[in-house]
Amino acid sequence: MRCINCQERSVIDLRRHNSSFCKPHFLSYFDSQVEKAIRRKRMMGPDDRVLVAVSGGKDSLVLWDLLSRLGYDVTGLHIHLGIGEYSESSHEKTANFAKQRGLELVVVDLAETYGMGIPELSVNTGRVACSGCGLSKRYVMNREAVEREFDVLATGHNLDDEAATLFGNVLRWQTGYLARQSPVLEASPSAGPALVKKVKPLYTLTERETAAYALLSGIDYESEECPNALGATSIRYKEVLAALELESPGTKHNFLLQFIERVQPKLETVDTDDHELRECDQCGQATTAEVCSFCRMWDRARDNVAEGRSPHPARRRRRRKPIEINPST
Amino acid sequence: MRVKIRNPQRREIDVQGVKLVDQLLRKLNLNPESHLVVVNGELVTGDRHISEEDTVEIVSAISGG
Repeated sequence: MRCINCQERSVIDLRRHNSSFCKPHFLSYFDSQVEKAIRRKRMMGPDDRVLVAVSGGKDSLVLWDLLSRLGYDVTGLHIHLGIGEYSESSHEKTANFAKQRGLELVVVDLAETYGMGIPELSVNTGRVACSGCGLSKRYVMNREAVEREFDVLATGHNLDDEAATLFGNVLRWQTGYLARQSPVLEASPSAGPALVKKVKPLYTLTERETAAYALLSGIDYESEECPNALGATSIRYKEVLAALELESPGTKHNFLLQFIERVQPKLETVDTDDHELRECDQCGQATTAEVCSFCRMWDRARDNVAEGRSPHPARRRRRRKPIEINPST
Repeated sequence: MRVKIRNPQRREIDVQGVKLVDQLLRKLNLNPESHLVVVNGELVTGDRHISEEDTVEIVSAISGG
Protein backbone atom coordinates (compact mmCIF):
# COMPACT_ATOMS: atom_id res chain seq x y z
CA MET A 1 0.00 0.00 0.00
CA ARG A 2 1.41 3.38 -1.01
CA CYS A 3 0.91 6.84 0.49
CA ILE A 4 -1.68 8.81 -1.47
CA ASN A 5 0.54 11.90 -1.29
CA CYS A 6 4.05 10.67 -2.10
CA GLN A 7 3.84 6.97 -3.11
CA GLU A 8 6.20 5.93 -0.27
CA ARG A 9 5.26 2.79 1.68
CA SER A 10 2.22 3.47 3.92
CA VAL A 11 2.22 2.93 7.66
CA ILE A 12 -1.55 3.19 8.07
CA ASP A 13 -4.67 2.87 5.95
CA LEU A 14 -7.77 4.93 6.74
CA ARG A 15 -10.64 3.22 5.00
CA ARG A 16 -13.15 5.89 6.06
CA HIS A 17 -11.13 8.37 3.97
CA ASN A 18 -10.25 5.81 1.29
CA SER A 19 -6.61 6.75 1.94
CA SER A 20 -3.33 5.48 3.26
CA PHE A 21 -0.35 7.49 4.47
CA CYS A 22 3.39 7.23 5.04
CA LYS A 23 4.63 8.39 8.46
CA PRO A 24 5.28 12.10 7.65
CA HIS A 25 2.02 12.50 5.75
CA PHE A 26 -0.01 10.72 8.44
CA LEU A 27 1.42 13.02 11.14
CA SER A 28 0.69 16.00 8.92
CA TYR A 29 -2.90 14.75 8.32
CA PHE A 30 -3.35 14.34 12.08
CA ASP A 31 -2.08 17.87 12.83
CA SER A 32 -4.33 19.38 10.19
CA GLN A 33 -7.42 17.56 11.50
CA VAL A 34 -6.83 18.98 14.98
CA GLU A 35 -6.05 22.47 13.71
CA LYS A 36 -9.21 22.40 11.58
CA ALA A 37 -11.35 21.25 14.53
CA ILE A 38 -9.95 23.99 16.77
CA ARG A 39 -10.54 26.65 14.11
CA ARG A 40 -14.00 25.51 12.99
CA LYS A 41 -15.35 25.13 16.50
CA ARG A 42 -13.48 28.16 17.89
CA MET A 43 -12.06 26.03 20.69
CA MET A 44 -9.14 28.20 21.72
CA GLY A 45 -7.00 31.11 20.65
CA PRO A 46 -3.26 31.82 20.83
CA ASP A 47 -3.69 33.96 23.96
CA ASP A 48 -5.78 31.45 25.91
CA ARG A 49 -4.32 29.58 28.88
CA VAL A 50 -5.25 25.94 28.29
CA LEU A 51 -5.41 23.23 30.96
CA VAL A 52 -5.07 19.77 29.38
CA ALA A 53 -6.50 16.87 31.40
CA VAL A 54 -3.84 14.14 31.19
CA SER A 55 -4.46 10.60 32.38
CA GLY A 56 -1.21 9.14 31.03
CA GLY A 57 -3.11 7.22 28.31
CA LYS A 58 -2.48 7.70 24.58
CA ASP A 59 -5.22 10.22 23.81
CA SER A 60 -4.43 12.78 26.48
CA LEU A 61 -0.65 12.58 25.96
CA VAL A 62 -1.11 12.91 22.19
CA LEU A 63 -3.32 15.95 22.73
CA TRP A 64 -0.84 17.57 25.11
CA ASP A 65 2.05 16.86 22.71
CA LEU A 66 0.16 18.27 19.75
CA LEU A 67 -1.17 21.43 21.43
CA SER A 68 2.27 22.29 22.78
CA ARG A 69 3.84 21.74 19.34
CA LEU A 70 1.17 23.95 17.75
CA GLY A 71 2.27 26.73 20.11
CA TYR A 72 -0.65 26.86 22.55
CA ASP A 73 -0.05 27.89 26.17
CA VAL A 74 -0.72 24.49 27.77
CA THR A 75 -0.40 23.08 31.28
CA GLY A 76 -1.15 19.45 32.14
CA LEU A 77 -3.50 18.35 34.92
CA HIS A 78 -3.11 14.81 36.20
CA ILE A 79 -5.51 13.39 38.79
CA HIS A 80 -3.97 10.59 40.84
CA LEU A 81 -6.92 8.27 41.43
CA GLY A 82 -5.26 5.90 43.91
CA ILE A 83 -6.09 2.79 41.85
CA GLY A 84 -3.05 0.74 42.87
CA GLU A 85 -0.33 -0.06 40.36
CA TYR A 86 -2.39 1.36 37.47
CA SER A 87 -2.47 4.85 38.99
CA GLU A 88 1.22 4.73 39.96
CA SER A 89 2.22 3.78 36.43
CA SER A 90 -0.11 6.38 34.83
CA HIS A 91 1.32 9.10 37.03
CA GLU A 92 4.87 8.05 36.21
CA LYS A 93 4.23 8.08 32.45
CA THR A 94 2.64 11.55 32.71
CA ALA A 95 5.44 12.99 34.86
CA ASN A 96 8.14 11.56 32.57
CA PHE A 97 6.38 12.98 29.50
CA ALA A 98 6.21 16.44 31.10
CA LYS A 99 9.84 16.32 32.21
CA GLN A 100 11.16 15.20 28.81
CA ARG A 101 9.37 18.06 27.06
CA GLY A 102 9.77 20.70 29.76
CA LEU A 103 6.00 21.07 30.18
CA GLU A 104 4.26 22.32 33.30
CA LEU A 105 2.21 19.69 35.18
CA VAL A 106 -0.28 20.06 38.04
CA VAL A 107 -1.00 16.87 40.00
CA VAL A 108 -4.04 16.43 42.24
CA ASP A 109 -3.85 13.33 44.44
CA LEU A 110 -7.38 12.36 45.55
CA ALA A 111 -6.15 10.58 48.68
CA GLU A 112 -4.03 13.57 49.77
CA THR A 113 -6.61 16.21 48.88
CA TYR A 114 -9.90 14.55 49.72
CA GLY A 115 -8.93 11.73 52.09
CA MET A 116 -9.18 8.60 49.95
CA GLY A 117 -8.69 7.17 46.48
CA ILE A 118 -11.33 5.72 44.14
CA PRO A 119 -11.30 2.12 45.52
CA GLU A 120 -11.97 3.39 49.08
CA LEU A 121 -14.54 5.89 47.79
CA SER A 122 -16.36 3.04 46.04
CA VAL A 123 -16.34 0.83 49.15
CA ASN A 124 -17.45 3.65 51.45
CA THR A 125 -20.29 4.85 49.26
CA GLY A 126 -21.42 1.51 47.81
CA ARG A 127 -21.19 3.15 44.40
CA VAL A 128 -19.68 1.57 41.26
CA ALA A 129 -16.06 2.75 41.02
CA CYS A 130 -16.41 4.29 37.51
CA SER A 131 -19.41 6.37 38.59
CA GLY A 132 -17.61 7.97 41.56
CA CYS A 133 -14.45 8.30 39.48
CA GLY A 134 -16.19 10.13 36.62
CA LEU A 135 -17.95 12.54 38.96
CA SER A 136 -14.70 13.21 40.87
CA LYS A 137 -12.66 13.81 37.70
CA ARG A 138 -15.24 16.21 36.21
CA TYR A 139 -15.37 18.14 39.49
CA VAL A 140 -11.60 18.34 40.01
CA MET A 141 -10.96 19.33 36.39
CA ASN A 142 -13.43 22.21 36.50
CA ARG A 143 -12.38 23.35 39.97
CA GLU A 144 -8.64 23.37 39.14
CA ALA A 145 -9.28 25.19 35.86
CA VAL A 146 -11.45 27.84 37.54
CA GLU A 147 -9.25 28.37 40.61
CA ARG A 148 -6.06 28.56 38.54
CA GLU A 149 -7.77 30.94 36.09
CA PHE A 150 -7.43 28.90 32.90
CA ASP A 151 -9.52 29.97 29.90
CA VAL A 152 -10.08 26.49 28.49
CA LEU A 153 -10.06 22.89 29.67
CA ALA A 154 -9.07 20.44 26.90
CA THR A 155 -9.70 16.69 27.10
CA GLY A 156 -8.49 13.87 24.84
CA HIS A 157 -11.91 12.48 23.90
CA ASN A 158 -11.66 11.04 20.39
CA LEU A 159 -14.19 10.08 17.71
CA ASP A 160 -14.66 6.58 19.18
CA ASP A 161 -15.25 7.93 22.72
CA GLU A 162 -17.81 10.40 21.45
CA ALA A 163 -19.53 7.93 19.10
CA ALA A 164 -19.81 5.36 21.93
CA THR A 165 -21.26 7.98 24.28
CA LEU A 166 -23.71 9.07 21.59
CA PHE A 167 -24.69 5.45 20.94
CA GLY A 168 -25.38 4.90 24.66
CA ASN A 169 -27.36 8.13 24.98
CA VAL A 170 -29.46 7.29 21.91
CA LEU A 171 -30.18 3.76 23.17
CA ARG A 172 -31.67 5.33 26.33
CA TRP A 173 -32.93 8.53 24.66
CA GLN A 174 -31.11 10.66 27.21
CA THR A 175 -32.20 13.97 25.70
CA GLY A 176 -30.49 16.06 28.38
CA TYR A 177 -27.13 14.38 27.74
CA LEU A 178 -27.67 14.50 23.96
CA ALA A 179 -28.33 18.25 24.10
CA ARG A 180 -25.00 18.78 25.86
CA GLN A 181 -22.90 16.37 23.77
CA SER A 182 -20.72 18.77 21.85
CA PRO A 183 -16.99 19.17 21.13
CA VAL A 184 -17.27 22.61 22.75
CA LEU A 185 -19.13 23.56 25.93
CA GLU A 186 -18.91 27.28 26.50
CA ALA A 187 -18.00 28.75 29.89
CA SER A 188 -20.81 29.84 32.19
CA PRO A 189 -21.65 33.58 32.16
CA SER A 190 -19.20 35.60 34.28
CA ALA A 191 -21.91 36.60 36.79
CA GLY A 192 -22.92 33.03 37.71
CA PRO A 193 -21.09 30.09 39.28
CA ALA A 194 -17.98 29.21 37.36
CA LEU A 195 -17.91 26.52 34.69
CA VAL A 196 -14.81 26.62 32.52
CA LYS A 197 -15.03 26.29 28.73
CA LYS A 198 -14.48 22.63 27.77
CA VAL A 199 -13.16 21.44 24.40
CA LYS A 200 -12.37 18.11 22.70
CA PRO A 201 -9.88 18.83 19.88
CA LEU A 202 -9.49 15.12 18.91
CA TYR A 203 -13.19 14.54 18.25
CA THR A 204 -12.72 13.99 14.50
CA LEU A 205 -9.91 11.44 14.92
CA THR A 206 -10.40 7.76 15.74
CA GLU A 207 -8.82 5.96 18.65
CA ARG A 208 -6.80 3.87 16.16
CA GLU A 209 -5.43 7.11 14.68
CA THR A 210 -4.42 8.53 18.07
CA ALA A 211 -2.74 5.21 18.93
CA ALA A 212 -0.87 5.36 15.61
CA TYR A 213 0.19 8.96 16.29
CA ALA A 214 1.49 7.93 19.74
CA LEU A 215 3.46 4.97 18.32
CA LEU A 216 4.92 7.00 15.45
CA SER A 217 5.86 9.91 17.74
CA GLY A 218 7.52 7.69 20.34
CA ILE A 219 5.08 8.69 23.08
CA ASP A 220 5.40 6.27 26.00
CA TYR A 221 1.79 6.01 27.15
CA GLU A 222 0.00 3.84 29.71
CA SER A 223 -1.35 0.96 27.64
CA GLU A 224 -2.74 -1.10 30.50
CA GLU A 225 -6.48 -0.65 30.95
CA CYS A 226 -7.86 0.64 34.24
CA PRO A 227 -8.83 -2.52 36.21
CA ASN A 228 -12.25 -0.99 36.88
CA ALA A 229 -12.93 -0.47 33.16
CA LEU A 230 -12.71 -4.16 32.20
CA GLY A 231 -16.15 -5.12 30.92
CA ALA A 232 -17.31 -1.47 30.82
CA THR A 233 -20.38 -0.73 28.71
CA SER A 234 -18.52 1.98 26.77
CA ILE A 235 -15.99 -0.60 25.56
CA ARG A 236 -18.86 -2.86 24.52
CA TYR A 237 -20.36 0.00 22.49
CA LYS A 238 -17.00 0.68 20.87
CA GLU A 239 -16.75 -2.96 19.82
CA VAL A 240 -20.24 -2.84 18.30
CA LEU A 241 -19.39 0.33 16.36
CA ALA A 242 -16.04 -1.13 15.23
CA ALA A 243 -17.88 -4.19 13.88
CA LEU A 244 -20.19 -1.87 11.90
CA GLU A 245 -17.20 0.17 10.73
CA LEU A 246 -15.53 -2.96 9.37
CA GLU A 247 -18.59 -3.68 7.22
CA SER A 248 -19.17 -0.07 6.25
CA PRO A 249 -16.22 2.32 6.59
CA GLY A 250 -17.23 5.83 7.69
CA THR A 251 -20.16 4.67 9.84
CA LYS A 252 -18.75 6.05 13.13
CA HIS A 253 -17.61 9.26 11.47
CA ASN A 254 -21.04 9.92 9.94
CA PHE A 255 -22.94 8.86 13.06
CA LEU A 256 -21.08 11.34 15.26
CA LEU A 257 -20.33 14.24 12.94
CA GLN A 258 -23.80 14.34 11.39
CA PHE A 259 -25.26 14.36 14.91
CA ILE A 260 -23.01 17.26 15.93
CA GLU A 261 -23.73 19.31 12.80
CA ARG A 262 -27.41 18.51 12.19
CA VAL A 263 -29.08 17.21 15.35
CA GLN A 264 -27.38 18.53 18.48
CA PRO A 265 -27.99 22.24 17.73
CA LYS A 266 -31.75 21.51 17.50
CA LEU A 267 -31.75 19.64 20.81
CA GLU A 268 -30.26 22.60 22.67
CA THR A 269 -33.61 24.37 22.47
CA VAL A 270 -35.81 21.39 23.37
CA ASP A 271 -33.84 20.20 26.42
CA THR A 272 -36.27 20.62 29.30
CA ASP A 273 -34.00 19.17 32.00
CA ASP A 274 -32.17 22.47 32.34
CA HIS A 275 -32.18 23.73 35.92
CA GLU A 276 -30.71 27.02 36.98
CA LEU A 277 -27.11 26.86 38.16
CA ARG A 278 -26.14 28.11 41.62
CA GLU A 279 -23.11 27.84 43.89
CA CYS A 280 -22.72 24.81 46.16
CA ASP A 281 -23.21 25.83 49.81
CA GLN A 282 -20.11 23.87 50.80
CA CYS A 283 -17.53 24.29 48.05
CA GLY A 284 -18.87 27.14 45.90
CA GLN A 285 -18.68 25.11 42.66
CA ALA A 286 -21.53 25.16 40.13
CA THR A 287 -24.51 22.93 40.88
CA THR A 288 -28.29 22.80 40.54
CA ALA A 289 -28.81 21.71 44.19
CA GLU A 290 -27.97 23.32 47.54
CA VAL A 291 -25.01 20.99 47.96
CA CYS A 292 -23.32 19.61 44.83
CA SER A 293 -23.26 15.87 44.11
CA PHE A 294 -19.47 15.75 44.58
CA CYS A 295 -19.67 17.15 48.14
CA ARG A 296 -22.62 14.87 48.96
CA MET A 297 -20.77 11.78 47.74
CA TRP A 298 -17.51 12.56 49.53
CA ASP A 299 -19.30 13.59 52.75
CA ARG A 300 -21.13 10.26 52.77
CA ALA A 301 -17.86 8.34 52.29
CA ARG A 302 -16.05 10.28 55.04
CA ASP A 303 -19.02 9.94 57.44
CA ASN A 304 -19.12 6.20 56.89
CA VAL A 305 -15.40 5.92 57.59
CA ALA A 306 -15.64 8.10 60.73
CA GLU A 307 -18.58 6.15 62.13
CA GLY A 308 -17.17 2.76 61.16
CA ARG A 309 -20.22 1.99 59.02
CA SER A 310 -19.99 -0.50 56.23
CA PRO A 311 -22.29 0.53 53.37
CA HIS A 312 -23.51 -1.85 50.70
CA PRO A 313 -20.58 -3.51 48.96
CA ALA A 314 -19.71 -1.83 45.68
CA ARG A 315 -21.09 -3.69 42.71
CA ARG A 316 -18.56 -5.31 40.46
CA ARG A 317 -18.75 -5.64 36.73
CA ARG A 318 -18.73 -9.01 35.08
CA ARG A 319 -15.98 -9.44 32.52
CA ARG A 320 -17.51 -9.91 29.12
CA LYS A 321 -16.24 -11.78 26.11
CA PRO A 322 -15.17 -9.43 23.28
CA ILE A 323 -17.59 -9.20 20.36
CA GLU A 324 -16.45 -11.53 17.63
CA ILE A 325 -16.13 -10.39 14.08
CA ASN A 326 -16.84 -12.63 11.15
CA PRO A 327 -13.47 -14.09 10.08
CA SER A 328 -14.72 -14.34 6.51
CA THR A 329 -15.08 -10.56 6.15
CA MET B 1 5.59 -17.11 14.36
CA ARG B 2 5.70 -15.54 17.80
CA VAL B 3 3.19 -12.69 18.17
CA LYS B 4 2.94 -10.26 21.09
CA ILE B 5 -0.52 -8.89 21.81
CA ARG B 6 -1.41 -5.82 23.90
CA ASN B 7 -5.18 -6.18 24.11
CA PRO B 8 -4.87 -4.56 26.71
CA GLN B 9 -3.22 -7.32 28.78
CA ARG B 10 0.12 -8.41 27.37
CA ARG B 11 0.52 -11.97 26.17
CA GLU B 12 2.45 -13.91 23.57
CA ILE B 13 1.12 -16.58 21.24
CA ASP B 14 2.37 -18.79 18.42
CA VAL B 15 0.68 -18.37 15.04
CA GLN B 16 1.31 -20.61 12.03
CA GLY B 17 0.43 -20.38 8.36
CA VAL B 18 -0.10 -16.64 7.78
CA LYS B 19 1.72 -14.55 5.20
CA LEU B 20 0.00 -11.17 5.47
CA VAL B 21 -0.87 -8.85 8.37
CA ASP B 22 -4.56 -8.90 7.37
CA GLN B 23 -4.55 -12.71 7.49
CA LEU B 24 -2.98 -12.61 10.96
CA LEU B 25 -5.74 -10.35 12.32
CA ARG B 26 -8.44 -12.49 10.70
CA LYS B 27 -6.92 -15.66 12.13
CA LEU B 28 -6.93 -14.13 15.62
CA ASN B 29 -10.46 -12.77 15.11
CA LEU B 30 -9.28 -9.20 15.76
CA ASN B 31 -10.98 -6.26 14.07
CA PRO B 32 -8.49 -4.25 11.93
CA GLU B 33 -10.57 -1.14 12.65
CA SER B 34 -9.52 -1.27 16.31
CA HIS B 35 -6.01 -2.73 16.14
CA LEU B 36 -2.59 -1.70 14.87
CA VAL B 37 0.22 -4.04 13.88
CA VAL B 38 3.90 -3.31 14.43
CA VAL B 39 6.43 -5.46 12.54
CA ASN B 40 10.10 -5.21 13.52
CA GLY B 41 9.33 -1.94 15.33
CA GLU B 42 7.55 -0.38 12.36
CA LEU B 43 3.84 0.35 12.02
CA VAL B 44 2.51 -1.47 8.95
CA THR B 45 -0.63 -1.79 6.84
CA GLY B 46 -2.66 -4.98 6.30
CA ASP B 47 -1.02 -5.90 2.98
CA ARG B 48 2.43 -6.22 4.55
CA HIS B 49 4.08 -9.67 4.17
CA ILE B 50 5.28 -11.28 7.38
CA SER B 51 7.54 -14.27 7.97
CA GLU B 52 8.79 -16.46 10.82
CA GLU B 53 11.80 -14.21 11.46
CA ASP B 54 9.73 -11.06 12.00
CA THR B 55 8.96 -9.61 15.41
CA VAL B 56 5.22 -8.93 15.37
CA GLU B 57 3.20 -6.96 17.92
CA ILE B 58 -0.54 -6.26 17.82
CA VAL B 59 -1.75 -3.19 19.70
CA SER B 60 -5.39 -2.71 20.64
CA ALA B 61 -6.60 0.85 20.14
CA ILE B 62 -9.78 0.48 22.22
CA SER B 63 -9.67 1.82 25.74
CA GLY B 64 -11.73 3.63 28.31
CA GLY B 65 -14.42 2.96 30.82
